[in-house]
Amino acid sequence: MKNFKTLLTLSALVTSLSSLAAGRDYISIVGSSTVYPFATVVAERFGKSTNFKTPKIESTGTGGGMKLFCKGINVDTADITNASRRIKASEFAMCQKNGVKDIVEVLIGYDGIVVANAIKSHTFALTRKDLFLALAKEVPTGKDGELIANPNKKWSDVRKELPNVKIEVLGPPPTSGTRDAFVELAMEGGCKKFDWIKATKKSNKAKYKSICHTVREDGAYVEAGENDNLIIQKLQKNPDALGIFGFSFLDQNADVVKGATIDGGAPEFDTIADGYYPVSRPLFFYVKKAHVGKIPGMSEFLKEFTSEKAMGEEGYLTDKGLIPLDAGKFKTVQDAVINLKPLSL
Amino acid sequence: MNITQKVQKSLKKRYLKEKIFKSMGFISVAVAFLFLLILISDITIKALPAFVQTQIVLQVDLNEQDLGITQQSNVDEIRQVDFRRVIRAALKKQFPQVKKRKQKKDLYSLVSVGAEYQLRDLVLENREILGTTQKVTFIADDDVDALIKGVIDRNDEESGRRVKDFKLKLIETLEKNGQIEKNFNWQFFSSGDSREPELAGIKGAVLGSLYTLLVTLLMTFPVAVAAAIYLEEFAPKNRMVDFIEININNLAAVPSIVFGLLGLAVFINFFELPRSAPIVGGIVLSLMTLPTIIIASRSAIKAVPPSLREAALGLGASKMQTVFHHVFPAALPGILTGTIIGMAQALGETAPLLMIGMVAFIVDIPQSVTDPATVLPIQVYLWADSPERGFLEKTSAAILVLIAFLITMNAIAIYLRKKFEKKW
Repeated sequence: MKNFKTLLTLSALVTSLSSLAAGRDYISIVGSSTVYPFATVVAERFGKSTNFKTPKIESTGTGGGMKLFCKGINVDTADITNASRRIKASEFAMCQKNGVKDIVEVLIGYDGIVVANAIKSHTFALTRKDLFLALAKEVPTGKDGELIANPNKKWSDVRKELPNVKIEVLGPPPTSGTRDAFVELAMEGGCKKFDWIKATKKSNKAKYKSICHTVREDGAYVEAGENDNLIIQKLQKNPDALGIFGFSFLDQNADVVKGATIDGGAPEFDTIADGYYPVSRPLFFYVKKAHVGKIPGMSEFLKEFTSEKAMGEEGYLTDKGLIPLDAGKFKTVQDAVINLKPLSL
Repeated sequence: MNITQKVQKSLKKRYLKEKIFKSMGFISVAVAFLFLLILISDITIKALPAFVQTQIVLQVDLNEQDLGITQQSNVDEIRQVDFRRVIRAALKKQFPQVKKRKQKKDLYSLVSVGAEYQLRDLVLENREILGTTQKVTFIADDDVDALIKGVIDRNDEESGRRVKDFKLKLIETLEKNGQIEKNFNWQFFSSGDSREPELAGIKGAVLGSLYTLLVTLLMTFPVAVAAAIYLEEFAPKNRMVDFIEININNLAAVPSIVFGLLGLAVFINFFELPRSAPIVGGIVLSLMTLPTIIIASRSAIKAVPPSLREAALGLGASKMQTVFHHVFPAALPGILTGTIIGMAQALGETAPLLMIGMVAFIVDIPQSVTDPATVLPIQVYLWADSPERGFLEKTSAAILVLIAFLITMNAIAIYLRKKFEKKW
């Protein structure tokens, strides 16, 4: 009986505690899982080297992050959202509607998406067209305007010069930002090489998208889940398979997997930075200007993130696989952050 | 053929059937046990390297003039100092032949990026070391760690090896000088999450789990026990009570993610409790465990012999006295077992916590139930998803800690049950 009473008092205490938690003394960051590995490194260093608390970073995906970010202006909402693509007009409008007027856009660098296989296996020299022909659900026949279900079973069916092995590609599921980017950059890039398909973009955009963006479902493309480490483990076990994942995973596992060249560009630091490797995308984060000065440490965190030490060519983020901006763009980004220049679409 | 003969004839067959059934039962148990053994031993083998930390011993010169601080400096002044310089100077002194920019980068990356903070904390702890030369054991970088542990094979070709020849030579020199040590990894148990595998620790997640379970226990136990006692002892037998009973059973079968959505909508959006905090996590998990504990408690109360109640009532005890003085203590072991099973379920849960923002990178160790925190299974998930190879062993180690946590809880349950158990 006595224990029972203590339990009740304790639970009352816990509930009363929660009402005290109104003000927030740490930065709250949400957004893309691709930017997460970079943002976390900056956050950790920031927390260790300053007197501010370490920012809290949730990996919610770009879209999910935008929703949380644009929810409103009060201190409960997120201060920063990471994005592996630029903010959409619809998301910007949602922000405006909810009172999040001034948003500062920060471009942090680039991420390459690689197609890789086991290091002891065949060396692939692919083109975006090859990737489209190998992975699309329907491929064009010789005749304009005609599509057939993808008949290609082996890489050598796609193009004679490619190895004579079964097409088996392990990649992320449709919920992943990496998949979106791969489809948009690699497959659409190859798809556009067919003139009549390129022409449909103007006449029938929905059809164009469905041709270029639909991945085959007959087992040649295997959805391997969001865990890129798992894909790498599977590649080691299955030398005929190829995998699709972010550059940082290739960088970390260069002793067991190797990246295929795409349109002649090898997936390396410099080739991605200067755009020679075609499958790369920009990474951003967006800052709620109204929270700068309200949440302790905001401007200091922004300064740390955009410092030479972090984002620069030799910065610690490049050690984690971020492809840095060139000097000119870097300067523009730094200026934009210092002046907190609001974004207008 | 009389009855006896008939029975004797079938006896052999019946014995055989029993034998087959017994051996099948034994095989099932053995298979289950084998799987458990394979699972645990696989994880343990993968986790073991995580409990060992590679360290590099360096002679650092803590010259007060170079650092710009004295023994009288205050905490803020010391925090501002760039201790990285001192460590780099120590490395440079040992390898004066390293001149090229790229090679220098290799040299400086032998020690962990956390080394400078390690040195800073050392100075903060004991200012008297300022102005002297000290032998300090620094945490090695994860690549060095992997090489020393043999995860990276030094005999591999250079092109496919993460640690290139130049760096390998540096490490081998340090090894020859006896400057590389392998010690028990206390760091793993004393620090929070990190993006550097060599610095990452489990303490934040353990405390997060503890706070979350504490909230869950405090929320569910009183409510569940009160509900169970009412339903078993006081509630009238009518349609309404039947309806409630059915719904409690239904609640137990609701997928846990639904509770997460509820938590997001009610506790975070409506009551404006902080995101990612154990308080919200605990409340959400308590909704999930509530039916489990109610059902277990009810069957424990039902199992108390009616003679006990009748005797108490017969001696003039009120209904309330009967329940709280006699029935409840007798049912307590069963109730506790049910509670711990519910708690164990809550400990391993991740789906509802995803919705309320507990899947997050949190370095600072939570101090209260309202601080942002993560829990053990989520820490496992986050590490499993990290690109750095060093997190592979950390993931397994975190799973071991989670299992240890679970075993401790179950052990407590068994102890309590044995202590309070009565035989009728």
